[in-house]
Order: sequence, then C-alpha cells, then structure tokens
Amino acid sequence: MARLANWLRLAAMMVVSAMLAVTTFSAAAGVDLPKLEKGKGDKCVEDTQYMRKNHMDLLKHQRDDTMRRGIRTTKHSLKQCVECHASSNTGSVASSKEDFCAACHSYASVKLDCWDCHATKPGVKPIKQGSTGQTSNARSTLSSSPLLASGMNGGVK
Amino acid sequence: MANENCINQQECKPTQFWALLGLGGLVVLSSLYAFFTLEHHGHVLTGMNNQIVWGLPHVFAVFLIVAASGVLNVASIGSVFGKKLYKARAPLSGMLALSMLAGGLAVLVLDLGRPDRLVVAMTYYNFKSIFAWNMIFYNGFFAIVGLYLITLMDRNLKSYSTTVGFIAFLWRIALTTATGSIFGFLVARVGYNSALMAPMFIIMSFAYGLAVFLLVQTVMYKWNNLALDERILIRMKNLLGVFIAASLYFTVVFHLTNLYFAKQWEFERFILLEGGVYTMVFWIGQIIIGGILPLLLLFSPGARHSTGMVMVAALLVILGGMSQMFVTIVGGQAYPLVLFPGYQESSTFYDGVINTYTPTIWEYMLGMGGVGIAFVLTVIAVRAFKFLPQDDFKALETDDA
Amino acid sequence: MNDTVENKVEERRNFLKTGAVVAAATVAPGVLMYGVAHSRAPEEAASGNVRWGMLIDSSKCGDGCNDCVTACNTENGLSGETGPQDTQYIRKLDIKDLRNGRVHSLPMLCQHCENPPCVDVCPTGASMKRADGIVLVDRHICIGCRYCMMACPYKARSFVHEPLTDQNPEVPRGKGCVESCTFCVQRVDRDENPACVDACNSNGHMAMLFGDLNDPQSPVSLAMQTQPSTEVRADLRLNTGVRYQGI
Repeated sequence: MARLANWLRLAAMMVVSAMLAVTTFSAAAGVDLPKLEKGKGDKCVEDTQYMRKNHMDLLKHQRDDTMRRGIRTTKHSLKQCVECHASSNTGSVASSKEDFCAACHSYASVKLDCWDCHATKPGVKPIKQGSTGQTSNARSTLSSSPLLASGMNGGVK
Repeated sequence: MANENCINQQECKPTQFWALLGLGGLVVLSSLYAFFTLEHHGHVLTGMNNQIVWGLPHVFAVFLIVAASGVLNVASIGSVFGKKLYKARAPLSGMLALSMLAGGLAVLVLDLGRPDRLVVAMTYYNFKSIFAWNMIFYNGFFAIVGLYLITLMDRNLKSYSTTVGFIAFLWRIALTTATGSIFGFLVARVGYNSALMAPMFIIMSFAYGLAVFLLVQTVMYKWNNLALDERILIRMKNLLGVFIAASLYFTVVFHLTNLYFAKQWEFERFILLEGGVYTMVFWIGQIIIGGILPLLLLFSPGARHSTGMVMVAALLVILGGMSQMFVTIVGGQAYPLVLFPGYQESSTFYDGVINTYTPTIWEYMLGMGGVGIAFVLTVIAVRAFKFLPQDDFKALETDDA
Repeated sequence: MNDTVENKVEERRNFLKTGAVVAAATVAPGVLMYGVAHSRAPEEAASGNVRWGMLIDSSKCGDGCNDCVTACNTENGLSGETGPQDTQYIRKLDIKDLRNGRVHSLPMLCQHCENPPCVDVCPTGASMKRADGIVLVDRHICIGCRYCMMACPYKARSFVHEPLTDQNPEVPRGKGCVESCTFCVQRVDRDENPACVDACNSNGHMAMLFGDLNDPQSPVSLAMQTQPSTEVRADLRLNTGVRYQGI
C-alpha cells in the first residue's frame, strides 16, 4: 500500500514537471512573445534593451522627482511613454491586450497599478488661448522648441 | 461525559471544536468576501463617505485593539504586581491579547482604500504621525507579547517572564496611549482634540479587556465542567467594577470639561441631547448598558456566588464598549467641522449640517470579521495549548493576606 | 550603458538650459510682470524661496456664481456631482453671521497650510508639502486610511470611492486614495494660474488672486499689504496659504 502511494507521488511529480517544462520551453522558443506596436518617432528615449530592463526604475525615479519636487522633464515621464506608445487602434497603452504596456505585462504576468490613476491615452493637444497670463506665453514659447514639442501638453481643456 | 464538552484537552471529542471553528470560519469568510467586493467596487458600496470617513469597521477595529491591550492587563497584574491569582491567568490573557489585536488590525487593514499597499504602510514611516507610531506599537506588541507567552509557557524560560511581562506592560500602556491619541491629536475637531483621550482609552481598555477575559474564562470553565473558585470570582468582578466606575468617571470629566468651554457647547448639546442616534447610543449604550447596569449587577449581593451574573455584566460592558466607540468615532464626525464660529454655514459639500451615516451590510461583515478572527484564533489556541488557568489555591490564601 | 544614458541626459539638460535662456530673453518683458523667480525650467525643482498662496476677496465673489468650481472640475477631471461620496476640490461656501444676519459667499478649498495637519498625521508621508508650499497627496504611497480627512480643519479632502477611467493625463487620480485641491500644480509649474483663479478673472469678478507670498512685489502680497486679510481658523495657527478678505 505504501509502495503504491510512493509510485503515485512519483507519477504526479513527473506529470507536473512535464507540464512546467512544456510551458518553459515554448516560452523560451518565443512561440507566443507579445507583438508590440512600434511607437512614434525613430527610437525610444533610451536604448530598447535598456528600456526593457530598466523602464520601471526610470519611471519610479521620475515619479518621485515630479511628484515630490516638481521636476517636470518629459524624457522619462509616464505621460511621455503614453504619448509615443498609444496604440493606433485603441489610442491607449493598456485598454486592450495588444496595447503596448498591456501586451508585455500580461505576457510576463506582472500586475500594474499605474492605470488605476494615470490616463492610458495621450491628452488632447492644447489650444492656444493666450488669455492665461503673460508668463505662460513664455513657457509656451519654450515648449515649441523641437525637443519639447510633445512634452508640455495642456491636457483636456 | 465530562470530556465530551471540553475544548482544551487533546483527547476529548472534537465535534464542538469543529462546530465552533466552522462558525468562526464562516464569519471570517464572509468578511473576506466583503473585502474582495469592496476592493473591486470601492468604498462606494459602504455607507462611509467624505463626511463620515471612518465608520463601523473602525468601531470594531478600535474596540478590538483597545480591548486587546486591556486584556493583557490580567497578565500584568500577575507579572508586574505579583498577584498569584492573575499570574495563573497570564497565558490566557496574553493569548487573547494577541488574537484580538490580530482581529482588530485585520479589519483596519481590510478597510484601507489601498489594502494592496500594506507593504508601503510598513516601509514608509512618517514619524510625526501618531498613526505610524501605532503601527510600530502594534507590530512590537505581537513580538513582545509573543515572547512573553513563550516565557510563561516554557519551564526553562519561566524566570524571564517577570522582566518580559514588565516590558509588555509598559508597551501596552504606550500602545493604548497612541491609540487614544489618534483621536486626541485631532486638533481641528471639537469631538476629539483632548489629552484626556489617551488616559481615557487606557482606563476603558482595562474594563473592556477584563470583561472579555471574564467572558472567555467563564465559557472555558463551563465547557470543562469546572467551577470558578468564589474568591477568584469575587476579586475579578470587583476589579471589573472598579474599572467600569473609573471609565464612567473619565467620561464625566471629559464632558464636563467640554461643557465648561463655550466653544464646545454645541458639540455637547449634540452628543448629550439632540444627536438622535448618537445621543441614544451614548446614554443607553455607553452609560446605562456599559456602565450603570453592570455596576449594579456586579455589586448586587447575588453576584458573589453567580458566575452567570458576572458573565452578563461582562457582556454588557462589551456592548457598552462598542457603543462608546460608535459615539466617539462616528458621533465625533457626524458633528460638522466649524470653519467660521458664529456663522451658519452651508454648501454643496455638507458644511454646517449634521452628517448622516447609514452603514451597509458590507461594513458589518468587515467589522464582524475582526471578531471572527479573534474568535477562531482563540478557539484554536485553547484547543492546542493548555490555557485553562491552573490555580494554586494555597498561594491564593497567602495572596489574600 | 549607464554612461551613455547619463551623457544623453546631460546633453539634453544643457540644451534645455540654453533653450530656456533664449526663450526667457525673447519674452523678457512678459516674464518681468510676474517676477523672474517664478519661471522655472522643467528640470528645476520647486524652490523653497517661493510660497504659493491665494487671496480671496469675498466681497467680490459673486453670489450664486459657481465658475471657479466648474473650472476646477474640468481641469481636474472631476464629475461635478455633489453626493456625499463625490469629490470636491473647491466649493462655494455660504455663511451667515448669526448675530446680524450678514451673508457672505466664498470659495473654500485646501488652504495649503504652512503647518498642515494632514501632513502631520499621514502614516506613510503620502500627504506632503512641496518646497513651494503646495500641499499634495502622493498617490503612489497613499494607503487610503483617511486619517488626513479626519485631521483637516477645512474639510478640504475627498476620498475616491469608485474606480475611475479617462482621467486627465495631467491629473492622475484613482480609487482608494485621498485627494484634494493641488492649486492646479500642473498649471502652476508652467507659470499659469490655478483654473479657478483664471475662471474668476475671466468672468470679471476678480475675487481670487494667486501668487508668491514670499515675493513682496507680487500682486497677492501687495493686496495683502494694503488691506487686512484673515485666515480661516486662525486659532489653529496653521499659517494658511489661502487668505480671505471682506469677511
């Protein structure tokens, strides 16, 4: 009786490891790697491999800089990610499983809570109103420099 | 037959044990269900809002936490003040303290807007926040009382129990001070904003904790077909009476102080006279059920021989404690913030009106879950270890002297 | 790898700096209207030399006018509903003197205290005051305990009771966190007024003045120098950033 139980246990373990192996191999072979839509522009703000590995650290660093110290550079801002990577179909980075953020994160099954609060779609471009005080003109001159072209958008008005 | 109903001996029949565990488990499960529902839909399903930000879950949670620190008092009287009668009850007292704190904390955490960020709460500390200090005290309480329990129950470590017991005593005083100060430090609200909150919470914790202890002890004795020695009963019931009287005294001083300050009159009028449900819960729940009735019961001649009467009194104290928490926590928020004294205020944001609070079933489920967790942990602990007080009656006599 | 990244950042910074100088030079007269100190490059952190504040003249505030509230809702993506669980950053408060029946109407919002009780009580430090005096909630570490709502004397804070979608990209907000008026920090950081102030100006009431309280020449400081102003709940000594006139 005891021997039978041992056999059963061994068999169960083999089945489980076989199942694990199958999934790992297929993943390694890239069978169902997510297909990512190409973002706007020529290249990302950093090297692609670097971004794959470190985007979360860049984002977290930027998050604290912006939130706590009011630093509003756009290079590593989440809003800037959304600007470039929003899908041409859904207009969003995370509203369908094929969208940029969602595709990889569902593949890697890493839960994100960015989108509980942050918009997954780029903002509407600001309409120049000119009535917002003179210094704001100064700042909009600045934002029309090519580097900042899509950086300082005024959000939904 | 005698063994059949026991729950603290390994060899007895387990039916009752499983039934109790199942009952407690169901309550805990229902609160988990409530938690996941709220986590999914948000607090929109509760009766809590931007006016009453802390509701029933906090009434349950704070009561459990305060009673948890209070129930440890039984052990402290034994270890710190050397009373043999209480020393025999120290393990049970420590275990109850741990399980009730676990229950209370669970409710507090499950009610957070972002319970998934518990790690954040444990890793980011703002040391100016009394709330952050509470988290430190709660965690430390588990460690210290856990250690204390080990020293009490392990023969080899028994000699350390007095020292650890003393640390545990100091720690619990700090903990309840911090819990009371959560309210006492609220500078802006007339209902709180008082240094009296901390000592009042401590004295109330003595009463609530001892009441819970008496209740559990009585049930355990009943199930084991044991009778509590009358001398023990009398001493413990008298102590409970003293704690109830002291709680009443603090309540009176608290409200008298408010009544002396013109700026607090309106709030006092609200709580004492015109507050509807809060006034009713204050007078009937906190004062009559939680104070006067148990005092009458405990000091009536019959109580010297009746565990039943003492148990009823203990139950009433617990009910009164819940009432007190309701009046303090919810009543304090129901009364509006006064932005412009001497002015009548109105806005779309409920300025200047008495705020209404109608708890939904989810809040009851969440709150009861805390009681359920404390209950389940107690049932398991009592089954797995010997927590039934072992009285040394000879020592009791010398204690008397 | 890291080297190149840092180089790029450095390069970019230099570029931005020159860009900012050029831009500032071309519109120098405009900049001077508000004081050079306020224009801040994106990579520059908020400065402790500045303290943003507001002066509200209740005698100019229109009775029944709700424009500041509407503008706030639009800017911050609030629903505008006023149920007990709905968020309100700013509200019109009507007060009546119980002795003589005199009525005032005024906008009530986060007072951006120098010693904010919400910041003191927050267990995680999510409730915070930025160097330039703006009191904010860092939603990344807010656990939703609502203790700040208990502590705030002005009832300035709201709790997000429901999941949200389609937020304004500049104003992230979501379920389970506490929130309140930010002085429209996203606008302030590009040297614009908070939305409520602009709305009040454009409808001609001009009841709200926004600016740097540390700058004696700012319009808000000048106005406070010439007329008496009051703090709400001055007894608490919180040194609020929002002051009122005409009450």
